[in-house]
Amino acid sequence: MIVGEQKPVQEILQMVAPHRKFLILGCGTCVKTCFAGGEDEVALLASALRLASRKDGRPVEIEELTVERQCEDAFIAEAAEAVSRNEAVLSLACGAGVQAVARRFPRSPVLPGVNTTFLGVLEHQGLFTEECAGCGDCQLAVFGGVCPFSRCAKKLLNGPCGGSQEGKCEVDPDTECAWHLIIERLSALGRLDQLRAYVPPKNWQTSLSGGPRKLIRKDHVI
Amino acid sequence: MNTEPISNLHRVLSRGHFAVTAECGPPRGANGEAVREKGALLKGVVDAVNVTDNQTAIVRMSSISACKHLMDLGLEPVMQMVTRDRNRIALQSDILGAYSLGIKNILCLSGDHQRFGSHPEALNVFDIDSMNLLSTVRTMREQGKDLSGHALDGAPKMFIGAAANPFADPFEYRVIRLAKKIDAGADFIQTQCIYNLDRFKAWMDMAAGEGLTEKVHILAGVTPLKSAPMARYMAQNVAGMDIPEPLLRRMAGVPKKKAAQEGIAICLETLQALREIPGVHGVHIMAIEWENQVKTIVERAGLLPRP
Repeated sequence: MIVGEQKPVQEILQMVAPHRKFLILGCGTCVKTCFAGGEDEVALLASALRLASRKDGRPVEIEELTVERQCEDAFIAEAAEAVSRNEAVLSLACGAGVQAVARRFPRSPVLPGVNTTFLGVLEHQGLFTEECAGCGDCQLAVFGGVCPFSRCAKKLLNGPCGGSQEGKCEVDPDTECAWHLIIERLSALGRLDQLRAYVPPKNWQTSLSGGPRKLIRKDHVI
Repeated sequence: MNTEPISNLHRVLSRGHFAVTAECGPPRGANGEAVREKGALLKGVVDAVNVTDNQTAIVRMSSISACKHLMDLGLEPVMQMVTRDRNRIALQSDILGAYSLGIKNILCLSGDHQRFGSHPEALNVFDIDSMNLLSTVRTMREQGKDLSGHALDGAPKMFIGAAANPFADPFEYRVIRLAKKIDAGADFIQTQCIYNLDRFKAWMDMAAGEGLTEKVHILAGVTPLKSAPMARYMAQNVAGMDIPEPLLRRMAGVPKKKAAQEGIAICLETLQALREIPGVHGVHIMAIEWENQVKTIVERAGLLPRP
């Protein structure tokens, strides 16, 4: 899923400062699952902002709404009336959702309330880890199902580097060394010899380096 | 490579001499004189001088330009090059430029992560890794082509080096990685600083068992310890650094004033032990900001004059 984290309230307060009446728009998919932008977070943030602005002596009027997905126009459309009643929209979706909402409502300022952090997994309740860089050319078969592009701080194709110590990454001792995991996993599969092969430079053309990407499914275009 | 030596370092190693290299860290500024001062301390003392490339991710004078300052003094540099800051286009371009200036040795590295340096907020590159860089330089040298396959107007005939850390984990994999580096293009290896001789010997045994010591020149890395706190700091904070407890105690056991002397003594003992390990073809002395001690070490080790 796309993992995000709500911005600090102070930063949000500064962003919404010019507006006296705005809509907090939640998103019921990825950011809901990671507790950043679903209905519950919309309600909590709205209370916090109301409280803070009352304290400042500049009360605001906040409307709350959560749609299923802010990255799909059919769902965004459900917010049209609420958007038109307000001066601005504070979107708690990922960056894609914020932009999709902004595109739909060209006359409303749309502000981001969430920092989109990564594509990851829920490792256990409350812990999300980055596991995919969305590079557009999946090589997980080469690396035993552990991605060095998203999980190695140096994106090494022929790792590990000299800083791998007791299975941990030198950049952060709380982070597992991806290359240690690759070696462990391939050892367990009896495929360690696979790593003896030289991995040539990666073709980054399929990544953002090649320019913003687009996926066209002609069979689904109406 | 049994042909004409590519560089002085290559000549020394290929003739079976025990090679000596040292390290010169460029200044955090545009002061070329600082490089020349360090270089002057190493002249006639070592076969080649490694010039670091923004080591520990701290902005310093570029490796290429510091190499040029050393060459002007008559020293032979080993240009260190990391893949952290440049993509494959810039790396290849700099290799061509470096060779055009007369730089004949290169050490291919991935580089320290910027998190530890002066600009932790920087975007890193890591377009290719050190293994890819080795292969790139070899392709340029032997096929006269760049990575795109384009024929070069002048191939950089460099003597190619790689780093190895026998003390990082997972230990068993370290020799596989060494083998990969040799296959990718490494002619010589410079290791991480060695304090744990037992572990280094175990690594060398494994390398010899795989026939690797026949295929590559291994230069064992040493760093003289300056003081007990420095030793302790390195042991605790530098990833992949293995300083056994008895050595730390030995450093702490001498009066402060004599610590540096003790550090040099340990370095000389280590050097002596390293010379006796089959497959060790030289030593790489990384006297960090202590270049004036290199001559003392090389002299007392009986390694002067240089061939």
